[in-house]
Amino acid sequence: MEFALLPEILGSTVRMSVPLILACIAGLWSERSGVVDIGLEGKMLAGAFSAAAAASYFHSAWIGLLLAILVCIMFSLVHGYACITQRGNQVVSGVAINMLAAGLTVVIGNSWYKQGGRTPQLDDASRFLPINFPGRDALFQMDGVGPIARIFLDHSVLAFIAFALVPLSAWALAKTRFGLRLRAVGENPQAVDTAGISVARLRYQAVIIAGVLCGIAGAYLSTALQTSFVRDMSAGRGFLALTALIFANWRAWPALGTCLLFGFLQAIANFMQGFQLFGVEIPVQVFNALPYIMTIVLLAGFIGKSVPPKASGTPYSKDR
Amino acid sequence: MTPAIELINIDKRFGAVHANNNVSIAIAAGTIHGIIGENGAGKSTLMSILFGFYQADKGECRLRGKPEKIKSSTDAIALGIGMVHQHFMLVEPFTVLENIILGAEGGALIGPALDKARAALKHLADEYELDVDPDAIVGELPVGLQQRVEILKALYKGAEVLILDEPTGVLTPAEADHLFRILKQLRDQGKTVILITHKLREIMAITDRVSVMRRGEVVAEFDTSKTNVGELAEAMVGRRVLLRVEKTRAKPGNVVLDVRHLTWRDKKNTARVDDVSFNVRKGEIVGIAGVSGNGQSELLDVITGIAKASSGEVIFKDQPIGIKDSPAELRKRGLAHVPEDRHHRGLISTFTAAESAILGYQSNPALGKGFRLNRDAVVAQSLKQMQEFDVRPADPHLKSAKFSGGNQQKIILAREIGSNPDLLIVGQPTRGVDIGAIEFIHRRLIELRDQGKAILLVSVELDEIRSLSDRILVMFAGRVMGERPPSADERELGLLMAGVGKEAA
Amino acid sequence: MSARSDLPAWVDIGLIPALNLVIAFVMAGLVVLIIGENPIKALAILLGEPLFSFQGWCNILYYATNFIFTGLCVSVAFHAGLFNIGGEGQAYVAGLGAATPGLILGGALASILPNALSQPITLLVCLVGSFIVGGLWGLFPGYLQAKRGSHIVITTIMLNFIAASLMQYMINRVFRPTGNQAVESRAINNAYILNLREIGNIFGAKLPSTPLTPVIFIALLAAFAVWYLLWRTKLGYEIRTVGANQEAAIYAGISPPRIIMITMMISGGLAGLLAFHEVLGPQHKLLLEYVQGAGFVGIAVALMGRSHPVGIVLAALLFGLLSEGGTQLSFEIQSISKDLVVVIQGLVVLFMGALEQAFHPLLQKFFRQES
Repeated sequence: MEFALLPEILGSTVRMSVPLILACIAGLWSERSGVVDIGLEGKMLAGAFSAAAAASYFHSAWIGLLLAILVCIMFSLVHGYACITQRGNQVVSGVAINMLAAGLTVVIGNSWYKQGGRTPQLDDASRFLPINFPGRDALFQMDGVGPIARIFLDHSVLAFIAFALVPLSAWALAKTRFGLRLRAVGENPQAVDTAGISVARLRYQAVIIAGVLCGIAGAYLSTALQTSFVRDMSAGRGFLALTALIFANWRAWPALGTCLLFGFLQAIANFMQGFQLFGVEIPVQVFNALPYIMTIVLLAGFIGKSVPPKASGTPYSKDR
Repeated sequence: MTPAIELINIDKRFGAVHANNNVSIAIAAGTIHGIIGENGAGKSTLMSILFGFYQADKGECRLRGKPEKIKSSTDAIALGIGMVHQHFMLVEPFTVLENIILGAEGGALIGPALDKARAALKHLADEYELDVDPDAIVGELPVGLQQRVEILKALYKGAEVLILDEPTGVLTPAEADHLFRILKQLRDQGKTVILITHKLREIMAITDRVSVMRRGEVVAEFDTSKTNVGELAEAMVGRRVLLRVEKTRAKPGNVVLDVRHLTWRDKKNTARVDDVSFNVRKGEIVGIAGVSGNGQSELLDVITGIAKASSGEVIFKDQPIGIKDSPAELRKRGLAHVPEDRHHRGLISTFTAAESAILGYQSNPALGKGFRLNRDAVVAQSLKQMQEFDVRPADPHLKSAKFSGGNQQKIILAREIGSNPDLLIVGQPTRGVDIGAIEFIHRRLIELRDQGKAILLVSVELDEIRSLSDRILVMFAGRVMGERPPSADERELGLLMAGVGKEAA
Repeated sequence: MSARSDLPAWVDIGLIPALNLVIAFVMAGLVVLIIGENPIKALAILLGEPLFSFQGWCNILYYATNFIFTGLCVSVAFHAGLFNIGGEGQAYVAGLGAATPGLILGGALASILPNALSQPITLLVCLVGSFIVGGLWGLFPGYLQAKRGSHIVITTIMLNFIAASLMQYMINRVFRPTGNQAVESRAINNAYILNLREIGNIFGAKLPSTPLTPVIFIALLAAFAVWYLLWRTKLGYEIRTVGANQEAAIYAGISPPRIIMITMMISGGLAGLLAFHEVLGPQHKLLLEYVQGAGFVGIAVALMGRSHPVGIVLAALLFGLLSEGGTQLSFEIQSISKDLVVVIQGLVVLFMGALEQAFHPLLQKFFRQES
């Protein structure tokens, strides 16, 4: 590896990790409550489109973000209705969400903008740009310190939100009443029910949180990372986030580490065509596939173990 | 004195099942009240209604004389009712403290509640011998301690009335004794305890009064000090009109099934079948009597190859049944099995009757050459069996679920007998079956015996065991308590079923 | 996948899918309305255009060929109680099994045998190769589920992505001739499946241009084979038993792990046949992303077709019609993208799969009153 590229790669790692972290934490909330969410991908995509469309119309990144969140909450409610109220199959519902988002974003985008699903290029005012704090340029140009500072600080507000969400979620899950009940409902909904707490209400709250976070993730893709929405721009990140969630054993702090690792692999894949390790060339596809391979190995129980919340995937019904 | 709890004319149906039929019970404050009955007698349903988990179709609950509408567990908890469920309502990855405060956090943050619970726990531990490490992960605790957490949960939430549903099913005798000490202390401190169980020993050991339930009704009530095990057993199992089955004396031949020192342990290493030995000979019916849950099901699973023995051996037709022998292999060797639970095992409700009628025999060459399954042969065989066993309607194309219980059982029996086995193992042949079908099934079993087949019968219906069997074994807590002839006194059998009497077989 | 209701059979297999389809169309119509077009007109083009031309029918059948394979893939697994969402990856990796014999064996045989002999032999090997490679890619998650308890939904999702990386590497580094700009293999001419137009040319008939090939007959044969397997063989009986009730299966002496692995092998193999069709048929080469989401359409097809081969063939034709109609639609009304079809697919999956139970209480009430 060329060391000159390292700061670039690390900066890119952070940027790549942000949507993963947001989606992964979204999945964390949903799945810890017992609702499997393979619709992260679709929600993120819908969020990205809504953010780009609204931002370009209102010339405001923040309105874009708001719209993305609202749209994702609507998708979450569809998922919640199917999985919680109707006790439908959570995986099938997730697949449907992904298909709906993939189709709708292109159909609507194409009809509005006639650019094959692409939204108009956003100007700087309509985007989340890296935060411009006092002394920024001076700091970034300093010898030695500058490149390192850029890795950590040259990011938009959404990135900082993403990183802040990890300790916040870990804290909320561990220390608040809501978190306690939410964790309980994902493990043993009957215990929650017999304690006089509504299982459905908790699960709806969880999927709504997942929607909010997917909305932020989507907005990040189209209004921070890129300058417009393009079709399928989530590009499997929702599934990668789901993979990270499994790899991190459904816990917030390990999820951060896993997302950074997966983000790093994505950054390498983007930067290098041909990576030498001990004189052997490692094809770029290895980096793309590695997260999934690692997780399958983990799932198979060959190293360590990944145990999902016990009640995840099963609709709750107290009938016999 | 006003009773702590009065349940008046409680009625509850689940579809066709009448779980509680006009049940009335009064429970005095400061007592331990037992509710005893076999599985499915309606005990748990009744208590779930009291705890607000189910709603009664009819009837009234009164607490300390005051009528209350208990619509949810929240209501029940607020009224000072706590329940320890048969399957613990614990969140396994949580600590003891987290489990205890769930639903009683008292604020948006759980820190203060944890502190409060920690102090309360210390207090409760001193008062009732309820020691448990507040920071232990519940899933890592032994079941006895998990149960203690359940009790603590209820007490922490201010329970004055504590319901325990089959609390000793998962406990070792020593743990059970400890539990009883705790319950007595609770009573002495003025709490009211309701103990649901099917174990007579427990009732005798710690209750003050006992209600006996059978088929959704309360059939008897006693002061524990004024009754005895025999009387309770009789009330529990019930005296039905003894079904007379015409039969001649058995002419037993060679031993077909020989079970020697068989032991089977569950995942928690509890011996559910404990050093069981007996044999079954050609031309006889050996009946295993016992209150359900005393190891009969596990015994059948091991003999039929579904579960693997932990130790001991089973010899079928002079050959041991080994680890490799699957149920399919044993069927080929002439072992047929009518399972206890026809809905989960005996047939597949979404399959047609004809498809269910080949379950376990799908590889029979008569049903098609090679990999083929000859539809016509399957249907023809099913139709023949249906006619022979008078299944109504005799329509092989009808979904299995659409038949009545009796007819489903006939389909299964026809399948198993139709394979012309040397040994027929029958579990609960007439559970949920109408009278007409019962007689028919009983006649067929006797016929089969008279053809020189060996039959092992397991039933919780003592009458059935007595009218069909040539020899009766009684199982209790995984062990065979003794062997009796069918002419044995019903009381004596009842005592053995309750675990009283030590004489070896 | 879920317990069947006590509704009359025709309601279950006829009315409910029809009702759900109508709802899907109404909702898609709303989308059309929102983007400012006339939904009636759009519907007329979507369904009308393909149905009233010979070429339209040919293209419907072309799409249906792929959808039958992937629909069967999903439904065979359904019958064993497994949700295989890895059809996409299985069909993709199977391209290796389709292309390799075509490129290597095909050339060798062509040099020693006449074309009329070498082509069919090579194609047969390619057919088997596709099935086996797709099957192995399905067997792996089957093994993980059966022996290691790893949830098949999760592992098949991951294997879809691993398949994508693997194929990208293989096509780019192994199959692409050096110096070739396009990331694809060289043309596979020694295992060449003729399309309808080319067949017509042999007989001197002038037929419209279409990617439809005789592989549609293999698809129909596969549907028949799946029906035969499930309802006329002992193995099929065991598969359905495991899917319906594992405890009863164990009672009956059937080993669920063994059945799970066999079923996933068959399921993956069926998806693999898509590669045989697409790589050697319309494309005549191994190229990137030729599956184009057909694996996921298979989920919609299986749900719509109630996991019965006849239903699957009909549902595949329906989705074939939508795919072809969607293309026509996007030609005639520029502002409507053909991705509208994906929306309809998503709605079908939502209503037929996840919200399956939503109408049951209503319908049950209705039919109880009737009878």
